[in-house]
Order: sequence, then C-alpha cells, then structure tokens
Amino acid sequence: MPQITQLPLIYASQIFWLLLVFGVLFFGIGRTMLPKIQSTVEARSRRISEDLAEAERARAAADETEAAWRARMDESRAEAMKLTAAAKVETAREAELRIKSADADATARIDAAEAKIQAATEAAMAEIEGVAAEAAQEMVTKLAGVSVSRERAAAAVKEALNG
Amino acid sequence: MHQFTVEAIGPALKIGAYDISFTNSALWMVITLLLIWVFMLGGMKRELVPGRWQAAVEGLTGFVQSMVDVNIGPKGKRFTPYIFSLFTFILVANLLGLMPLAIIPGLHSFTATSHFSVTGVLAIMSFSIVLIVGFWKHGLKFFSLFIPHGTPLGMIPLIAPIEFISFMVRPFSLGLRLFVAMIAGHILMEVFGSFIVSGFNAGPMGWGISVLSFLFIVGVAALELLVCAIQAYVFALLTSLYLNDAINLH
Repeated sequence: MPQITQLPLIYASQIFWLLLVFGVLFFGIGRTMLPKIQSTVEARSRRISEDLAEAERARAAADETEAAWRARMDESRAEAMKLTAAAKVETAREAELRIKSADADATARIDAAEAKIQAATEAAMAEIEGVAAEAAQEMVTKLAGVSVSRERAAAAVKEALNG
Repeated sequence: MHQFTVEAIGPALKIGAYDISFTNSALWMVITLLLIWVFMLGGMKRELVPGRWQAAVEGLTGFVQSMVDVNIGPKGKRFTPYIFSLFTFILVANLLGLMPLAIIPGLHSFTATSHFSVTGVLAIMSFSIVLIVGFWKHGLKFFSLFIPHGTPLGMIPLIAPIEFISFMVRPFSLGLRLFVAMIAGHILMEVFGSFIVSGFNAGPMGWGISVLSFLFIVGVAALELLVCAIQAYVFALLTSLYLNDAINLH
C-alpha cells in the first residue's frame, strides 16, 4: 500500500501542498467569493420579501377601493330604487285621479242621458194619454150616442193605462 | 495499487530537510482547487435573476449554509467558509479520482483523498479548530463537554472517561472514514476490472465472468459516485456537529 510504504518519503510534500491548496481555497474562495455569493442570495430574498409585502399592500388597497366602490354602488342602487318607487307611486296616484275624474264625468253624462230619456218617456206617455182620451170620447159618442166630457174620458183612460 | 503511488513531477523541492517536491497528488489537489475556482467564478455574476450556472453555485453555497445553520445555529455563520472549503475540496477531489481518464494513454487520475496523509491533515485541522474554538469560548468550562447533562453524580467517574475517549477518537474516525471509503471503492473497481481482463484471456468459459464483472463494475461505479458525495457530506456534517459542541457545549 503506497499510502504506508511511501509515507516517510512523501508526508512533507503531501502536507505542504494540501495546506497550500486548502489555504488558497479557504482564503481565496471560502472567505472572498462565498460571502459575495451569499450576499447576492440574501439581497434577492430580501428583495422578494419586500416585493411580496408591496404586493400585499397593493392588494389591501385594491380590496379597500373595491369595498368603497361596492358601497357606493349599493348606495346608488338603493337611491335609484327609492326614486323608482316614488315615481311609481306618483304615477299611480295621478292615474287614479284621472280615472276618478273620467269616471265622474261619465257618471254625469249617463245621469243627464237618463234624465232626458225619462223626460222623453213622460212626454210620450202624456201624448199617448191625450190621444187615447180623444179616441175614447169619439168611440163612446159613435157607439153609444152618449156625449162624454173630455175630463171624464181622460180619467177613464188614465185608469185603464195605469190599472 | 499503482493508482495510489505518489510520483514526483519536476525538480525536487526542499525546505530544510523536508522534501516538498511537486507530485501527482499535489497536481490533482491544484486541479481540484482550479475546478472549484472556475465553478465559483460562474456564481460571481451576482445577477438578480440567476442563470443556470449562478443558480447551481447558489444551490451549493445554500446547501452548505443551511447545513451550518441547522447544526450550529446563528453563531456558526463565521464557520461557513471553512465547512464550505472542506466540503467542496473533498467532493471535487473524490469525484476527480473517479474520472475514467485512463482511457487516454499515459493519463490517470489520482485520488488525493485516498491518502491518509491528506485526510488525516484535514481531520486534525477540523479537530484543532474545535479545540481552539472550545477553549477560546468557554475556557476550562469546555471540559464540561465530557459530562452530559443530567448525569447522576455517581456515574460521572464512569461517563467522563468514555466521553473523553469518544472525543479523542474523533480526528481518527474523521480522517480514516474518508480514506477507507475512497481506497475501498477504488480497490473494488480495480479487482473487478482485472476480472474482466483475465476472464477474456481465459477463453469462452471466462467470457461469462467478464460480462458479469462488467455489469457489476457499472453498478459499483454508480455506487462510488454516490459514496464520493456522501463522504464529503459526512465529513462536513461531522465537522459542523463537532463545532456545535465547541460553540454551544451540550
């Protein structure tokens, strides 16, 4: 095994070169390059966490804005609803009023028409009575030869008609 | 065993009586360092939105950092560079040793972590840091590490030596585990590789053995890739656990 048989010859060289190489590795790379790389990584992770915090803040702000917008929307919607309801009530009231007045108008005209019909009927009745009395007077004179006064004839006709 | 041989490259270098010649082992450690450096360079663009390479580098550093954070806590942040260096060095050295570079004649990769002269130094380094941090932070109170919370008074003479022994064994287990895992995997693959060759040489009867060995070596290679990552992870994890003991006591 050369590790043992050669040891007396090579130990100084092995130790010297190992210490030299390891020393350069430790001071030149371990203590010079390594901290720089570590600081790069740290700077990046700090930047990432800062950006995340920033994003979180932005999201909170956006949420707030949205909530405000939503509240305003709700408010306006309620306002609009109220306006619509008021308008509806107003319109309904107006329509009712107009219907009522039209109704009254129509009733008045119907009443007038009815009165006129009543008057016409009464007039016609009176005329029929007069004609009937005259006819009855003449018929009595012609058939029985008895002369009847006009008043008696009229009374008889009235009795017969309303009987 | 030839794959574990250390050979000098270039002229012999000496510091006093010590021979510190540049070797193939040193070469592969330097290649490990260069690969890690190139990889990390891709993570230095420092863009806000990372590309693939930068994301990979940040994934690796994040992995080590979370391991330190979980096992040591916020006080462990200063040790991240050390744990990171350990993890990447062992991981890349392990993986480099497994690369099939021998396909190119004259080239063969060398696993630096298959030498206990390397893993042992790494383990002793981790252990020393644990000791230094422990005594620095807690002074003599660091010895309370050997008496777990809630130990009955009568049990202390029994528990404390056991805890002390288990504490002192740490550098050996740390260094030997990595060394043994690496050398065992490489030897296993070498053995089955030689089965393929001798199977072919043995004529038609041996071809079946060759095919079986080939199938097996594919599985072992996949397993070894996993072991490379696991051993690097275990070394880094245990070091951070030991550091946790030193920083937070029990």
